[in-house]
Amino acid sequence: MNFLIGAFKPPCTVSITLADARNRKQVPLKKDNGQTIMVPLFQSQESIVGEVVIEPTQGKKLEHNGFKIELLGQIELFFDRGNFYDFTSLVRELEVPGELYDRKTYPFEFSTVEMPYESYNGVNVRLRYILKVTISRNIVSNIVEHQDFVVRNYTPPPPINNSIKMEVGIEDCLHIEFEYSKSKYHLKDVIIGKIYFLLVRIKIKNMELEIRRRESTGSGPNTYVETETLAKYELMDGTPVRGESIPIRLFLSPYELTPTYRNINNKFSVKYYLNLVLVDEEDRRYFKQQEITVYRLLETS
Amino acid sequence: MMVAGAEDEEKWLAAGIAGLQQNAFYMHRALDSNNLRDALKYSAQMLSELRTSKLSPHKYYELYMRAFDELRKLEMFFKEETRRGCSVIELYELVQHAGNILPRSYLLCTVGSVYIKSEEAPAKDVLKDLVEMCRGIQHPLRGLFLRSYLSQVSRDKLPDIGSEYEGDADALMDSVEFVLQNFTEMNKLWVRMQHQGSVREKEKREKERNELRDLVGKNLHVLSQLEGVDLDMYRDIVLPRILEQVVNCKDELAQYYLMDCIIQVFPDEYHLQTLETLLDACPQLQPSVDIKTVLSRLMERLSSYAASSPGVLPEFLQVEAFSKLNNSIGKVIEAQVEMSILGAVILYSSLLKFTLHVHPDRLDYADQVLGACVKKLSSKGKIDDSRATKEIVALLSAPLEKYNDIVTTLKLSNYPRVMEYLDSETNKVMATVIIQSVTKNNTNVSSAEKVGALFELIKGLIKDLDGSPHEEVDEDDFIEEQNSVARLIQMLHNDVPEEMFKIISTVWQHIVTGGAKRLSFTVPALVFSSLKLIRQLQSQEENPFGDDTSISPKKIFQLLNQIIEALLTVPAPELALRLYLQCAEAGNDCDLEPVAYEFFTQAYILYEEEISDSKAQVTTLHLIIGTLQRMHVFGVENRDTLTHKATGYSAKLLKKPDQCRAVYACSHLFWVDDQDNLKDGERVLICLKRALRIANAAQQMSNATRGSTGSVTLFVEILNKYLYFFEKGNPQITVAAIQSLIELIKTEMQSDSTTPDPAAEAFFACTLRYIQFQKQKGGAIAEKYERVKA
Repeated sequence: MNFLIGAFKPPCTVSITLADARNRKQVPLKKDNGQTIMVPLFQSQESIVGEVVIEPTQGKKLEHNGFKIELLGQIELFFDRGNFYDFTSLVRELEVPGELYDRKTYPFEFSTVEMPYESYNGVNVRLRYILKVTISRNIVSNIVEHQDFVVRNYTPPPPINNSIKMEVGIEDCLHIEFEYSKSKYHLKDVIIGKIYFLLVRIKIKNMELEIRRRESTGSGPNTYVETETLAKYELMDGTPVRGESIPIRLFLSPYELTPTYRNINNKFSVKYYLNLVLVDEEDRRYFKQQEITVYRLLETS
Repeated sequence: MMVAGAEDEEKWLAAGIAGLQQNAFYMHRALDSNNLRDALKYSAQMLSELRTSKLSPHKYYELYMRAFDELRKLEMFFKEETRRGCSVIELYELVQHAGNILPRSYLLCTVGSVYIKSEEAPAKDVLKDLVEMCRGIQHPLRGLFLRSYLSQVSRDKLPDIGSEYEGDADALMDSVEFVLQNFTEMNKLWVRMQHQGSVREKEKREKERNELRDLVGKNLHVLSQLEGVDLDMYRDIVLPRILEQVVNCKDELAQYYLMDCIIQVFPDEYHLQTLETLLDACPQLQPSVDIKTVLSRLMERLSSYAASSPGVLPEFLQVEAFSKLNNSIGKVIEAQVEMSILGAVILYSSLLKFTLHVHPDRLDYADQVLGACVKKLSSKGKIDDSRATKEIVALLSAPLEKYNDIVTTLKLSNYPRVMEYLDSETNKVMATVIIQSVTKNNTNVSSAEKVGALFELIKGLIKDLDGSPHEEVDEDDFIEEQNSVARLIQMLHNDVPEEMFKIISTVWQHIVTGGAKRLSFTVPALVFSSLKLIRQLQSQEENPFGDDTSISPKKIFQLLNQIIEALLTVPAPELALRLYLQCAEAGNDCDLEPVAYEFFTQAYILYEEEISDSKAQVTTLHLIIGTLQRMHVFGVENRDTLTHKATGYSAKLLKKPDQCRAVYACSHLFWVDDQDNLKDGERVLICLKRALRIANAAQQMSNATRGSTGSVTLFVEILNKYLYFFEKGNPQITVAAIQSLIELIKTEMQSDSTTPDPAAEAFFACTLRYIQFQKQKGGAIAEKYERVKA
């Protein structure tokens, strides 16, 4: 009986501990099953140092073909579920093949790891980083343990950040000029701007600013584009007249944005747009979409 | 349809209130548990009820007020929250996360108010931000209420001199800027309201819009309450900015209301000092704006300001208030081509009142106003708008009321020219007003020139105006009018006879044109006025007769002759006759025999030629006799002629009793008590006897025609005459004659054929008692009566 139970139990427990686990910032990460767990946060060029503890189940010996720990950066496209593209793969061998009787600790270090892409969990694509410990065995399947972590990369403020200014309109019907103070925003930024009505011949009912996220995956004929509206922010209520200027002030912090990702590993892109929508009294919508760049600001404090 | 609409509205309002209360409840719960996030969420939901477009302003206001109360509580909460350490800047950002703009804006204003109080940022920056962010609400109704909320919460937080948020001069400037901007935006929204919805409901919408005007006006009130807004700032910044908005909005309702608002909320002295700016805006307003009322109110205010403290009058002079107003009114009238004559008149009327109040000593100003008015009126011809005429009457009455003196008014050369534009009916009314003013104030119009002007003014009453059709005039009204003219004539007086004579001549020149109907009212007054002058001359002994340069009674009598002669054309012979007699008596008093004789002759001629009615004959004849009896100026010959004629007329009367009475009256012509040379007892007796004969004849006639002898009254009357002359000592009247007359009466009374006449009997009894009484009295008279048995 005891033997039987032992047969189904994993022959050992594996745990991965980071050296600075106590001090490292933890961020929430949504798992496949919908649960949210807290995971450590890294950025590119950081060293990932820690130890792996392997403890065979009481009174058992563990036969193996060696232990290794891998640091993987993976992209998973949902239309191709189960296939991971590893864009980063680093391996540290921990143990040569043999037998393990007692609990043993293996320190590991990946120093100044290049992690160019941020973790991302989108509609059709996921980019994740994991530490993966593999215990290779003969005959029976390998024992594998994961530790997810999140990577965020910070950028300094862009040196050039032009405003977006544009005049659009429908001839003899509606002419507006709008201006957003910048074209690049960090995640906690505020969009400041103005809409100037040059000509109004239609009865506008209201006007709103939408933040839209456009996620495109795949390439060529297999490109999938998914657009989400993350924010609908009413800018104006009622019918303006010619000469009126309406202020814009939209705080980005309440919305769950990510930085703009351009052609990540030739697999996917995430872009953000500001969509200015005017609705007339017959509920016709007039809109103009402008791309903005979102970046994660390196906090200098 | 309208009813259904109202019902629906009630329903929507009820739903709105319910939604609001429900969210307010959750908000309270969140507030109680200090849950900021929930508080914000529910307050935003609560405020979403204000996003409705279905309610009329009235109902919307109700909803707004409820939300307003709830927001007060939220504000308290925010305050506590900041005290607990929550950064107000964070709060300020947090409320801006709300997705809908209306709730967001309300919340922003609420936190903004706390922000200013916290003094973590300069008040002006917060205010600037708030007023800017409210731009997002372009819906007129919602925008107006939101901005009104902003104005409400910021009111006590404006940086001002002496306020706790006081900053430097710039800060005050920012307050002003803030209010002005809010005002401008509100006004734009308000003006825009009229373009919403269907054309069909325009009227209703304008009414609703009018209900909202105080929301806009309140901003001006706030400005006026700012201590720091002194005259300089008002003149250089506040007023020009407001006016700019007023002029540019090009909306009738708003322009009218705001102009009025400016005039009402800011102090008078500011208006006085900025008169030019304010007035310059007027011609730029829409032509349909009721600018006359606006300007009238302004002038009213300035007038009462001037009246309130005499010390400010120099200021008025200094800023040349009058000429500015005058200019501006001219411009306004020019600019507003559409303006009715009524509007123009009202303007001039106000201006006139203003100048009368402020510059009572400057008649030339008043005259200028009238002149301008004439100019305006001349382009329109006679006025047929009844309200305009009424206003002109008010305009013309103003100087009368102010000066209480027609003489001053007469100096206004344009005054009569204005009157010319009145229709004849109103002209009369105005004339009556003028006369009333004169009579009420006992004004002494004491020169011929002024009298001439005065009569020129009231010529509506004096004569039929040219071209005016003969409308039906109410007889009573006419009499009333002419009586007032007569009264006026009596009022005219000058102590200097020459001038008085000139006055009379002037009046005559005017009234002679009045036509038949008027003369009989006006002539007597003038005649008596002239007679008064004659008496006055008479009493001034020093007046040398026959002096050509001076005025003599003779001259006056000549005029009188003319005047009375005019009555013949009326014709009013009886009246003329009475006046002749009056004149004759006056001639008598002046010892002018030829004059008196002439007037008597005229009277006689009239009697003979014009008076045919027997009753009138009787009356006039008695008047002639009475007057003639008092005459003492005539020589024997003249007197004889006149008395002879009079007795002759008496005998020719139609009815016997009348004859009888006239004849015994004539007896007095021969016996004048105070003139010894006129005591012709014989002829008295002849008269009395003749009277008796006629009485007898009357009796017989009556007997013959009716079978009864009629009354003995005549006999008793003759008896009384006998007794009179008896007492006066006429030797021809003897006791025997009296005795026989008494007997005769007694017999007559007892005669069967006599119809009993209680009055006559009583009369007789009284006469007898009188005789007894005289007997008992003793003295000379008693002795005389001794022998009379009665």
